Amino acid sequence: MTSTTLTSPVAISAANREARRTRFLHWVAVHSLAIAAALFFVLPFVFVALTALMSDQQALTRDLWPDSWHWENLKTVWNTPGFLTWWKNTLLYAVLGTTLTLVSSIPVAYALARFKFRGRNFALMLVIATMMLPPQVVIVPMYLFWAKELHLSGTLWPLIIPMAFTDAFSIFLLRQFLLTIPKDYVDAAKVDGCGEFKALIRIVLPMARPAIAAVALFQFFYCWNDYFGPQIYASENPAAWTLSYGLESFKGAHHTNWNLTMAATLLVMAPVIILFFFAQKAFIEGVTLTGVKG
Amino acid sequence: MHRREALRNVAFLSPWLIGVSVFFLYPLISTVYFSFMKYDGFTAPTWTGLKNWSYVFTDYPFFWPALRNTLWLVIVMVSLRVLFGLGIGMLITKVKTGAGFFRTAFYLPYLAPPVAATMAFAFLLNPGTGPVNNILGAIGLPQPGWFNDPTWSKPALTLLALWGIGDLMVIFMASLLDVPQEQYEAASLDGAGAWQRFWFVTLPNISPIVLFAVVTGVIQTMQYYTQPLVAGKVASGVIGGSGQQFEPGYPEKSTLTLPQLVYNLGFQRFDTGGASVVALVLFALAMVFTAILMRRRSGFLSD
Repeated sequence: MTSTTLTSPVAISAANREARRTRFLHWVAVHSLAIAAALFFVLPFVFVALTALMSDQQALTRDLWPDSWHWENLKTVWNTPGFLTWWKNTLLYAVLGTTLTLVSSIPVAYALARFKFRGRNFALMLVIATMMLPPQVVIVPMYLFWAKELHLSGTLWPLIIPMAFTDAFSIFLLRQFLLTIPKDYVDAAKVDGCGEFKALIRIVLPMARPAIAAVALFQFFYCWNDYFGPQIYASENPAAWTLSYGLESFKGAHHTNWNLTMAATLLVMAPVIILFFFAQKAFIEGVTLTGVKG
Repeated sequence: MHRREALRNVAFLSPWLIGVSVFFLYPLISTVYFSFMKYDGFTAPTWTGLKNWSYVFTDYPFFWPALRNTLWLVIVMVSLRVLFGLGIGMLITKVKTGAGFFRTAFYLPYLAPPVAATMAFAFLLNPGTGPVNNILGAIGLPQPGWFNDPTWSKPALTLLALWGIGDLMVIFMASLLDVPQEQYEAASLDGAGAWQRFWFVTLPNISPIVLFAVVTGVIQTMQYYTQPLVAGKVASGVIGGSGQQFEPGYPEKSTLTLPQLVYNLGFQRFDTGGASVVALVLFALAMVFTAILMRRRSGFLSD
């Protein structure tokens, strides 16, 4: 009995239809959930953008949709005294900081991945400990050092200079990647008469490009987003403020104008988001790299 | 030969050796020293023994509220973030149509600079005219005071943290795609339903990543600074340019976290000793959880 139903063409197509129906319902359920989630992630950007383009009066109401579109709000923010300076400072901090971090951290990561020496595990543990350390732990003596000894408070140098002496997270991430490069490549280069440093530059660096790109992006974002550092060292001198720090004071100066505040918020978010679209792959690879390989 | 190798090692490691000594070991020792000193940053430091310690633990009104808030955030925010990150990660592995769009949409908020994201949420959740309460009111739901209400300020911060789930989503997504497909097929043949497949196949395979997410989440909570500080300042309306004159933790100490205390004591009250004590507590907590992370084989230290 069962065997006849199984072989009957009608039954097969019925089972097929049933399977297709289940698959279709599954598709609908998954994609409805995905759309709901997408709304949660995207709507905040949309509301911020809509408010940024409202008139001053309308931004004080509960309206969600602008009556008229005030694109000049973005220009007003851009032309606010200081805004361009914050922009330049942030760029300087991010570009210099990222470059110095890469130059100083790559050889260290290479040594920790490749060389065998006493105390290597201890060094690695120290790298991880510093990586996990909240910056507030050492801020008091650090501030005294930069402000009282070197008289560099009111500038961003106390944030940039340390990056010439490596960054723990970058070392860690680079090392994890360098471990995956077979030793043979380097050995072959050394047979050809390359020194260790030359082998690093010529052979290892080109192979480590994805990891270097990821570290560069992370460090750039770190500098761009940093709030605590500029708050400690730059707050006393508005000419040294960064976008993240200045944005907050912008709210102070325009506390009733949500439209201008949101326009400024958008202008601070925009560069990182644009950068992400250009470097999406490197970024996602980097996140996976930090998070372990099972 | 041996000497040459040692020299080479030192040459490669030198930037880090200098960095870790000047920017970690020296200030750490200095912090221990200052925790026993009375020092306002102007007159010479004098020895006070354990006074700073007993002040922070018994008389400083912000310490215990900050620790309680941190505990709340560890229990509620970290677990919700892990659950939500896992859920979104699973969802994105199942999406067939428009996967690229959804992945980008889910990831993007993670990139928003914390100050900008917090400002955006302060606006979205502002009780008077914000879109969220606007919508809640329209569908007849209660409209909380969010960042202006001590019972709702931490849930509001949690919402902000869930919005920036992108990092966890990517990590979970990668680990879910690594689960061997045969195991699912074998489980299905044994008649396992969706829930059983998740419980007996997915979860055991990704448990190291769940642990990693929990522990790094706890460590991030120890460092939680910018979002609660900015949210409190924006909601209280007290924002000065250089911002020295605000009472942290608005409303009613509900957004205080330990790192904020270091700033409050060291840079607003000029109490270097007290700030050093809090810094050392923070250091001890961070190191305990880092040790847990390194001890368990979470693949964190593949050699």
